[in-house]
Amino acid sequence: MEVLFYIAAAVTLVATVRVITHVHAVHALLYLVVALIALALIFYLLGAQFAAALEIIIYGGAIMVLFIFVVMLLGPLAVEQEKSWLTPGTWVGPSVLALVLLGEVGYLIAAGDHLPIDFMETREKGLSIALYGPYVIGVELASMLLLPGLIGAYHLGRRVSKESR
Amino acid sequence: MLTTHALVLAIMLFCLGLVGLLSRRNILYMLLSLEIMLNAASLAFIAGGSRWGQADGEIMFLFILTLAAAEVSVALGIVLQLSYRFQTLDADAFNEMKG
Repeated sequence: MEVLFYIAAAVTLVATVRVITHVHAVHALLYLVVALIALALIFYLLGAQFAAALEIIIYGGAIMVLFIFVVMLLGPLAVEQEKSWLTPGTWVGPSVLALVLLGEVGYLIAAGDHLPIDFMETREKGLSIALYGPYVIGVELASMLLLPGLIGAYHLGRRVSKESR
Repeated sequence: MLTTHALVLAIMLFCLGLVGLLSRRNILYMLLSLEIMLNAASLAFIAGGSRWGQADGEIMFLFILTLAAAEVSVALGIVLQLSYRFQTLDADAFNEMKG
């Protein structure tokens, strides 16, 4: 099982290096999505299944969709630019890395129900109890952080549309 | 040990994000590097929680996730404002306050 960890770690590092060295924003975002999915696999191998699911849903889904929306809003897409995006050279790299991850997940499913680390009793119940027990002040602080975030994002996004009218 | 190597991976990811933050001048890439660094921090927390078999690491991961969501929504609004007002994403061009 440790081999799976090292392969996923290598995929994460390669994808992250491609993120910070790439010129085109959309390609960098593709590589970042691959890096996040590889990180979610590492979370799973470390025994944090709930964190792995959240990593894919919130990071790889919601936050990356926000980034892609903003990249698309920043400039109108020229036709030749879109044509260059559809050539194989742009999506072969992320596809190969994602296929490596898919192979790992397929192996994990085929290997059966036994989980990689021995202290694998589900921690989700303890997580919920601790979240609303000793850490309830953190939940309150998170809500106090999210509401100003919502208002600030609404304010910053609204001024653009009003002034560009 | 798997968790030790996970910590080493977290350090490498954090350094990669730091290098990206310091070397890139496009403000969108600086945000992406911030995301990488936040992910490295959450990987360190998950590894710690896995090492001791406690749920605290995952709870800190939840808080980091909340922080990242709020930070990204506000920062992307600022990016939209900057690109509208300055017509560029170069971080060195935003020097009106002579900083």
